[in-house]
Amino acid sequence: MALALNVNGTSYTVDVEPETPLLWVLRDNIGLTGTKYGCGIARCGFCTVHIDGQATKSCQTKVSAAVGTRVTTIEGLSANSTHPVQVAWIEHSVPQCGYCQSGQIMAAAALLAKRPRPTDAEIDEAMADNLCRCGTYIRIRQAIHRAAELGNR
Amino acid sequence: MNQINVTRRQFIVTSAAAGGGLMLGVFVGSANAAVVNPMPWQNPNDKEGLELSQWIVIDPSGVITVVQPHAEMGQGAITSTAMMLNEELQADWKMIRVQYADPNRHVMARGTPELLPNVQGADGLWVTMASGGSNVVKARHPHIMQAGASARERLKEAAAQTWGVTRDQVTAKDSVLTAGNRRGTYAEFATRAASIKLAEEPKRKTPEQFTFLGTSVPRLDVPLKVNGEAKYAHDIRLPGMVYAAVYANPVPWGGRAKFDFNAIKARPGVIAAVELRAVDGKRGIADLQNVVAVVADTYYHAKTALDLMPIEWDYGPNAAMSNKTLFETAYKKLGEKGGVRKDDPAALAALAAAPADKKVTGDFHRPYEAHARAEPITTTVNIKADGTVDVYVGAQNPPAVMTAVVEQLGIEPKNCFVRRQFLGCGFGSSSGTFAAKQAAQIAKEVGRPVKLIWSREEDIRNSKHAPAYAARFEAAFGADGLPTAIFTRTFGGNSSDNTITNMPYTIPLRHHERHADLEQAHIPITTHRAPGTGLVGFASEQFIDDLARKGGWNPLEWRLAMTKNRPDYQIVLNALKAKAGYRMDLPRGEGMGVAVVESHGSIAGAVSTVTVSRRGQFRVEKVVVAVDSGHIINPLNATEQVEGSVVFGLAHLLGGGLQFERGFVQNSNFDNYRLMRIGDMPVVEVHFALSGGEKWGGIGEPGVPPTAPSVANAIFAASGKRIRSTPLTEHDLSWA
Repeated sequence: MALALNVNGTSYTVDVEPETPLLWVLRDNIGLTGTKYGCGIARCGFCTVHIDGQATKSCQTKVSAAVGTRVTTIEGLSANSTHPVQVAWIEHSVPQCGYCQSGQIMAAAALLAKRPRPTDAEIDEAMADNLCRCGTYIRIRQAIHRAAELGNR
Repeated sequence: MNQINVTRRQFIVTSAAAGGGLMLGVFVGSANAAVVNPMPWQNPNDKEGLELSQWIVIDPSGVITVVQPHAEMGQGAITSTAMMLNEELQADWKMIRVQYADPNRHVMARGTPELLPNVQGADGLWVTMASGGSNVVKARHPHIMQAGASARERLKEAAAQTWGVTRDQVTAKDSVLTAGNRRGTYAEFATRAASIKLAEEPKRKTPEQFTFLGTSVPRLDVPLKVNGEAKYAHDIRLPGMVYAAVYANPVPWGGRAKFDFNAIKARPGVIAAVELRAVDGKRGIADLQNVVAVVADTYYHAKTALDLMPIEWDYGPNAAMSNKTLFETAYKKLGEKGGVRKDDPAALAALAAAPADKKVTGDFHRPYEAHARAEPITTTVNIKADGTVDVYVGAQNPPAVMTAVVEQLGIEPKNCFVRRQFLGCGFGSSSGTFAAKQAAQIAKEVGRPVKLIWSREEDIRNSKHAPAYAARFEAAFGADGLPTAIFTRTFGGNSSDNTITNMPYTIPLRHHERHADLEQAHIPITTHRAPGTGLVGFASEQFIDDLARKGGWNPLEWRLAMTKNRPDYQIVLNALKAKAGYRMDLPRGEGMGVAVVESHGSIAGAVSTVTVSRRGQFRVEKVVVAVDSGHIINPLNATEQVEGSVVFGLAHLLGGGLQFERGFVQNSNFDNYRLMRIGDMPVVEVHFALSGGEKWGGIGEPGVPPTAPSVANAIFAASGKRIRSTPLTEHDLSWA
């Protein structure tokens, strides 16, 4: 069935079953591949996007639940990688393989929107669902603190 | 606001499919940033500019493309290769781009020896494309730097001939050639340089002459990995492409499936079910196992239909295997004589004669582990009308993928093109090769380009795993409280006998045996991040800790005293002593642990600090690592690699652990194959204690082996509990 979505400020009409996970609609139907599949059960965080500003695992979100909301993916976080989280991520050289990083960045950006100066404990809690196999956790913490500085300037 | 309609059948196709044309990197506004080509799958032969050698293309605009063979899996290969080459080439770093070399061109050059570089062991035009074993800097720097030096001298010679001066009067720096008041760019002289053949290859720089290597340079791929731009095999989209979800017999090499396609064929988007068959007698790492696949118009449709299709497997003769039977066999074997890898009857005699109070024994084991790469295995195969085949994959060894697809489809190697992507982790998983055969066969049967995605469940269950391991250690002591003889017998694991037989400590008598039977078991195994040394180090460095403690020693001082004739170990241990120290006087519940292991040509040691509550709750507080890899070319990247190695070592100590029952892996996803999260992340300090000289060691893996035993030793110091197996979740660490 035809469903209307607002993704990164653009309206899309997609013809899919309403129970289709948003993740696959973003990737396979709309073609925004920055959001990654990792587990399909909301346990790795690679698929994290914002729905009305809230960090959401798109693999466990039915596309029908995203109708009438504003969906933001990594591609829509900023123009030219200028969001403080992206700037801090480059400064601290966070990504290694990079596959989990769209999700990490979207989770971090949603955290900072709620908590402009998070503590390490708040970071650990907010990022607990975001797995990284390369082991960039130290730099993620550092970069979130740096992004907080940049965002509060 | 824009308005876009996307129907189910309509795909937005990336420019990858259009092909052709030089894709220059985009400039990103960070200082000192050269940027990798954002589309490394583009056919490297399509670019404009002038090819000075297979390694270097100079564009009239001054952009220099380094065409490099190694896989970027987060370890910084593309940056490291470009840095090594440019130490010699002396081009303007800001104008350097990197592109993947074409595996087809690499492999096809094998038939024309005159094209092959004059390097021992070269298997193709770029010498080797394999990226693993922490080898990219350690083993490849000579020929990569030589390629840069050669190009620089040809550019200088071109300028010298044009200007009527000698080559040594020309200097090359930042893409500019000068001689007196004459000046020209590399781009201006590229055409002439391309026709110059040097009478003699220039000498490479020695490390004392490096000006660029050894400085911290931002990795070229980082800007592409903060905005979704980096492309992985998982992101490929081709016109007319369909998706395959696969389910292999969960018991490796088990029999065929009975399945009922009629039950799902009316489901949305479903196109076909395809059965892939194992070939009798073919059980190599790349050989097909029995698999059922469902093909549909989207991955969601394919995966959902596969999950709903009735499938009944013939599990075959190995369906009784479990972790219990595995380790029963392992410990039975540890009681029997194994293959003698180091024979020392005097060691056996000393152990037989030692009284019980002059002996220490210790058994250790570890389960199979999945790689759990971030990116589940994904391969896209497009069999084209002109008879050529494109394979889109992230692979550590692309020629192996090419060989596998050529074999599966029965095509000429010259018609197979492996389009390389960024890898979402590597860790020595060779499953991509196996999956490429699956995708190729499915594409052939459905007559469409096929993107095959392993679900996470398939990835954890049916990847080639890192092997299980068990080890028995016995040592006899002399009157001075120091060991005189050691006996070791191991089971399974990767072949890393050297890590045991070359233990650096002054234990005069040593006997070592190994049961390699695990390798003939039905479960296919492959490498991991520091596979063999990680398994051995976990056992040996805990046992060494027991030896030191039996003599009443501080374990760091014991290691220093017992490696007096190994200056290479002394460098690392002294660095640990200076940076971390080792305290014996911590209160119960707090502990420090030390471990040092040689791997991949480097020596790495770790001192870890943990806290363990009376109720057994524990936390790794800090890990201090010291590494001697001889040289490091990019301290920033090297530090990241060691940090990542610590996390990898911790991840498979704190969690992980594949559980076999009924012949197959019971873990299915990250909910029951638990891997370390940010909340468990300790403080990590990385120190480089570099001996320089002729030593060139790896850096991507050596931090792994000492991490787990240093933490285990710290837990022992804190709680008195010796950690004889992993994962730690299976241990009760409470103390009273």
